[in-house]
Amino acid sequence: MIDAVIEEQSLLPDAKTLERLAISESGFVFDPVSGHSFTLNETGLEILRTLQKNRHLGALLEQLSVEYDVDRSTLDRDLLEFLGSLRDQLLRP
Amino acid sequence: MNVMASPFNIAVTGMNSRPDNPGPGMAVARCLREARGFDGRIIGLGYEALDPGLHLPRYSDAGYLLPYPSSGDDAFLERVQLIHEREGIDALIPCLDAELPSVTRLADQLDSMGIATFLPSSDQLALRNKDRLEELADHAGIACPETKSVTHEEFFYNSGREGWHYPFVVKGIFYDAEVVKTPEQGAAAFARISAQWGLPVLVQRFLKGEEVNLTAVGDGRGRLLGAVMMRKLALTDKGKAWAGVTITDDTFLAASAALVAATRWKGPLEVEVMREPDGTYQLIEINPRFPAWVYLTVGSGRNLLEVLLKLMSNQEPEDPGPAPAGLIYIRYAEDMVIPLAEYESVVMNGWRLQ
Repeated sequence: MIDAVIEEQSLLPDAKTLERLAISESGFVFDPVSGHSFTLNETGLEILRTLQKNRHLGALLEQLSVEYDVDRSTLDRDLLEFLGSLRDQLLRP
Repeated sequence: MNVMASPFNIAVTGMNSRPDNPGPGMAVARCLREARGFDGRIIGLGYEALDPGLHLPRYSDAGYLLPYPSSGDDAFLERVQLIHEREGIDALIPCLDAELPSVTRLADQLDSMGIATFLPSSDQLALRNKDRLEELADHAGIACPETKSVTHEEFFYNSGREGWHYPFVVKGIFYDAEVVKTPEQGAAAFARISAQWGLPVLVQRFLKGEEVNLTAVGDGRGRLLGAVMMRKLALTDKGKAWAGVTITDDTFLAASAALVAATRWKGPLEVEVMREPDGTYQLIEINPRFPAWVYLTVGSGRNLLEVLLKLMSNQEPEDPGPAPAGLIYIRYAEDMVIPLAEYESVVMNGWRLQ
């Protein structure tokens, strides 16, 4: 399953990083340690907020599959893509 | 001496403001103007008649030219004496790296003239020589990029044999740096930098991280006061910050505090480190002065000039703690207009018309 793969690849941002992020209603995200900022759409914002509260992929996938009318493989692919880009944002330069 | 008492005259150097590489003087003067308890005069000091801080009443009440540091200590002291006779300088804040060795050597003589300074000692200054970076990094408890002295351009054609693979950084012994990616670029940088700054030229491992900076004041007894940390958001062609954002990085703060504690650093400083993607911190250098972005310390409620004035007055400044994250500064350039007679006065006399 996707969560096992993702865990293995360490695609999830660590809890400490997630906790410190300043997330605005507008979708603007600021990391006070790195000084980086980036923007998210509504769905991205929801995912990040969910991860901030509970860093558990299984629960996140469950929540998203209930909320969005999309087949599981598409959801897995999109989520993997999003987490990859989130990681890039948080780990850049 | 109580420098917070008014009237009080403070001379500030480095009043140039070239957009690609501005001196810190005008920003320091701006901080002084906004420092609580300071109501004195600011004497702007510069090296070129077109240095804007010499002419701008907003930041200086008088403006004077100085001889270049290469003219020697005597020429500098003679000029300061003349300005002192005309203006009555109570304190001097040097803002350019090249001035620090000279002003530090002359600190006692300046003091006997009634001109206060609050600067690192010659020994502390020597610690920031590029060939002592490792020692400095040890004090901070962080790493530093491997550096090697080079005296012949052949090195750049055979560097691989010595374990130096492109890209890497070629640096002057005092100033200047260039990233080179090929032997030809390396040899060209070596020729250019050695012609300007002499030998040896230094080569340094290229780091992939991003630079973050800290400015603060060391009280000379081991305390780091009023730290403000910043990541550059936009750069000029010369790699200088054009915009930046405050950050709160505990690891960087602790490393800087350790460095100041170990060296008992006295005076303003800027610490530059490279933060690598894996979280490693590499010390790049420290500058013994305020940076050109020092006004960000006012914006974040930690006017470092207030801290410095208190230390000069033998007061115990409180440490306001590190600045909050998320404050952004954006630099801009603007024009000023002066009559020809004022420019003439600076060119012919070395001072602005009063």
